[in-house]
Amino acid sequence: CCEDGPSLYNKPFVESYEETPLLVAVLTYMGYGILTIFGYLRDFMRHWNIEKCSVARERDEQKDFVPLYQDFENFYTRNLYTRIRDNWNRPLCGVPGSKMDIVEQVSHDYNRTFQNTGKIMRDVINMGSYNYLGFAENVGQCADAAIQVTEKYGSGVCGTRCEMGNLDIHQEMEELVARFLGVESALTFGMGFATNSMNIPALAGKGCLILSDELNHASLVLGARLSGSTIRVFKHNNMVSLEKLLRDAIVHGQPRTHRPWKKLLIVVEGIYSMEGSIVRLPEVIALKKRYKAFLYLDEAHSIGALGPNGKGVVDYFGLDPKDVDIMMGTFTKSFGAAGGYIGGKRELIQYLRSHSHSAVYATSMPPPVAQQIITSMTTIMGEDGTSLGADRLRQLSENTTYFRRKLREMGFIIYGNDDSPVVPMMLYMPAKIGAFGREMLKRNIGTVVVGFPATPIIESRARFCVSAAHTRETLDVVRGVRGVSGPLVRPLWLVRLFKGPPSIAPRGLSQHRFLIRHSQGESAPLNCVCVCVCVCVCVRVRVCVSKGEGGQQRRLNWFQVLRCVLGVQDLSCFKGR
Amino acid sequence: KLCICCICLGLYNNKNRKEKRKTKMASGQQWVLVEMVQAFYEAPAYHLILEGILILWIIRLLFSKTYKLQETNKLTEKEKEELIEEWQPDPLVPLVSKDHPSLSYDIVTGPPSHKIIINGKECINFASFNFLGLLDNDRVKQKALTSLKTYGVGTCGPRGFYGTFDVHLELESRLAKFMKTEEAIIYSYGFATIASAIPAYSKRGDIVFVDEAACFSIQKGLQASRSVIKYFKHNDMEDLDRLLKEQQLEDHKNPRKAKVTRRFIVVEGLYMNTADICPLPELVKMKYKYKVRIFLEESLSFGVLGEHGRGVTEHFGVNIDDIDLISANMENAIASIGGFCCGRSFVIDHQRLSGQGYCFSASLPPMLAAAAIEALDIMEEDPDIFTVLREKCTSVYHALQGTSGLKLVGVPLSPSLHLQLERSSGSRDTDQRTLRRIVDYVSLREVALTIARYLEKEERYLPPPTIRVLVTVEQTDEEIQKAVSCIKEAALAVIS
Repeated sequence: CCEDGPSLYNKPFVESYEETPLLVAVLTYMGYGILTIFGYLRDFMRHWNIEKCSVARERDEQKDFVPLYQDFENFYTRNLYTRIRDNWNRPLCGVPGSKMDIVEQVSHDYNRTFQNTGKIMRDVINMGSYNYLGFAENVGQCADAAIQVTEKYGSGVCGTRCEMGNLDIHQEMEELVARFLGVESALTFGMGFATNSMNIPALAGKGCLILSDELNHASLVLGARLSGSTIRVFKHNNMVSLEKLLRDAIVHGQPRTHRPWKKLLIVVEGIYSMEGSIVRLPEVIALKKRYKAFLYLDEAHSIGALGPNGKGVVDYFGLDPKDVDIMMGTFTKSFGAAGGYIGGKRELIQYLRSHSHSAVYATSMPPPVAQQIITSMTTIMGEDGTSLGADRLRQLSENTTYFRRKLREMGFIIYGNDDSPVVPMMLYMPAKIGAFGREMLKRNIGTVVVGFPATPIIESRARFCVSAAHTRETLDVVRGVRGVSGPLVRPLWLVRLFKGPPSIAPRGLSQHRFLIRHSQGESAPLNCVCVCVCVCVCVRVRVCVSKGEGGQQRRLNWFQVLRCVLGVQDLSCFKGR
Repeated sequence: KLCICCICLGLYNNKNRKEKRKTKMASGQQWVLVEMVQAFYEAPAYHLILEGILILWIIRLLFSKTYKLQETNKLTEKEKEELIEEWQPDPLVPLVSKDHPSLSYDIVTGPPSHKIIINGKECINFASFNFLGLLDNDRVKQKALTSLKTYGVGTCGPRGFYGTFDVHLELESRLAKFMKTEEAIIYSYGFATIASAIPAYSKRGDIVFVDEAACFSIQKGLQASRSVIKYFKHNDMEDLDRLLKEQQLEDHKNPRKAKVTRRFIVVEGLYMNTADICPLPELVKMKYKYKVRIFLEESLSFGVLGEHGRGVTEHFGVNIDDIDLISANMENAIASIGGFCCGRSFVIDHQRLSGQGYCFSASLPPMLAAAAIEALDIMEEDPDIFTVLREKCTSVYHALQGTSGLKLVGVPLSPSLHLQLERSSGSRDTDQRTLRRIVDYVSLREVALTIARYLEKEERYLPPPTIRVLVTVEQTDEEIQKAVSCIKEAALAVIS
């Protein structure tokens, strides 16, 4: 767990990424292969008008223009995504709280368009929204305060922070955010995505090097790209890879010119939303200090959701917020609002005020949203004089532990850190993405299912976001998963038969799933041996059983034999053989 | 060394052979080998020894470890440590001078509506983009409140993952209907709208023709697209024609490449930086002549130009289907937050998986979408509001003409005008300070104005420093008169 740095971690840091079982990987690729073949077949039929093409077409007047899309560009969308499109964009018609109301939709043209049936699916358990602390509410103190502010201010601002959109409520919010984070000063923006993509360019430029985790969010990638800096990518949460890049960068300087880099900026996230992993912050900070790099920490998912005081990943590890140069986060998730912030030293914020694209050109945050942030943050900090915030934090961590443990016990492969409220459950096969999402919805549970390109091609998964608002719901979800799991869990169980219980690699390095994936070669022979042994046993059983006594030539078919070997079939029917 | 050796050896052999050949030329080619052996016997001892040494030397050179330049270059761990110790990064951010205008924002107490309280002083607002006065409209507020009571504030998710609400879908279809297009898509942030839309279509290798005066979010979108960008002079159709012709010549040279290179013209309906209207009919002609697609940014013109506020297409009577993509934000005339793109489904639907700001960002808070729907209702019910706005704009425009020392930039129809110094002092900072003094002078007389702010180092073509004058329907004639006379007075006092 933490033997490589007992001084760095004050509690066990358990993170697991079980490798994709070989059998499952092969089947998954086969699945994609079949889908692709059918895709080509249908494209062929559409081309010759055998199948009616329902996709929107270019205007006739513009047929001779250069095509707007490359033909293969939409192959995946047209032939794979559309088949299971009903699992996404499900419209809600109420609060995205612990339960939600979903507008029932139906498609009559194979998922190209959806029509409302007029019915509403009530009280679907919400495992999809990032409502970690349950502040997405339409009643209670947050909503009341937001209502008051709306009555006073209205909903818009009609100006940028620099021009005439700097309201008193913004000042109040920024002071509170700075206090919450334990930093000198903070600046807020109207959109979380833009906080990253429009502020990184102000912090790094030509001659700077950005070291970015390979699984960083699209907004961080875009920001890094817009900055004009050189970008190098290190393996996900892999400190060895990061250190190597840091050393090389300083020793060799910039490519071709060999000038030293102006500055190094490490960009990491607190919780990775698709993996459920928590950044190895103590090690990152140690590296950053040793190599004099700057650290940009994106706490989009971790702020509010981690740490004994809900102050994110810094709080979780018990570190000093001053060690992180740029503390970035969003208000969309735990606070049930919208927008993002950047916190740090006073000079940093002053510079951003005058040089951030967002502060100069974008409309500032709407007042009700700002009020929602103020109220929810005060609650978390306990400054409202109640223990509501502390209760929520405790509830969230209990729910997380319980839910993760239950799923693991049921034999699913769960990714991520034990303390992370983002719980990705592996599905692997493309067909299961749609099946799982739909089956869960039938059981009144709304989950997020994701596949390629949001994940690596064979690692499709379902994602559960645990919330403090869930009480009994978590239990129900577990029950639901068990109900759905029949066809889903069995192949994994088969694999377990060969491989034993899931192993959690102890050392930081080998824990890394990419290294594990590389080491797959070592376990492949083992799998082969297992399969061979299994086949031998099957043959032996078949021979034994079919020989029988008394010269009865009753043969078992292979399927029956397999069931015997696996212990599924009751052997009593072959008594005496 | 090896070379020299070989040459020596060769010379010796050659010399010997030539001598022999002279004497025994007639005996034919087959004798050559024999001759060589013979020569070997006949050769003097010193010769053989020398050749032997040379051969040994060659062998030695061939097998000896070669001298590697690389080896001496490799750093030892100790040297690396020293380098790491030595390296000092630049500071994360340079220090900002204490008198930078951004460090002392004006603080607005209460809503920035018609009457605005700036730094504790109530003024008439000529500084917010609230053109139609919908910011503190009671109907809009009520709708937002109702929505807040149903949905709460945040959406807690992107559109794909339970962040789509029925109000979003309603707003999208309402916008599409209002603009008379097939489909509309909403973003949760105005700035991100066009900045995400451009890179969704234009990729590396494609060509984009852009007006020099294009606003910053367009510039960012272009940068994200990594396409080839060609700037044409502001509103200069001849210059655009020249660039397109050049491109046509280029295409003739390489027709295979031309077949896959998408081209786009990106323009603004009403320019943020210059308050000019783009010559849309000419652009549409160019579009069909050179087969280029048009992307139109209408953040300022949407809800302002045209009889029903549909923007610059309605203003010129251009068929909206001729424009491939229209993008606008809902933060100006609509007085909510967010932005939208509209056009044909063939174009727009692509953004639902490729628009980064759409896919990867939390969706628009439902109450803001509801406010936008109500604002659209008001605009549809009462198109007179646009006539009123037009009249106000024109009257402000004419009244501000002939202000001493200040030049009015823009067209009469624009609700966002710029006042620029007639004679620049040559230094941007000094100009800005002068304009700031005018703004301060005016605000003492209860008129709120603001200076247009730009990122000076990052703008592609930095506009000169200006004061922004924003016209709204709420401003009465007396107020306009008062503001204009204040500005004139201030200009006289400050500039002369």
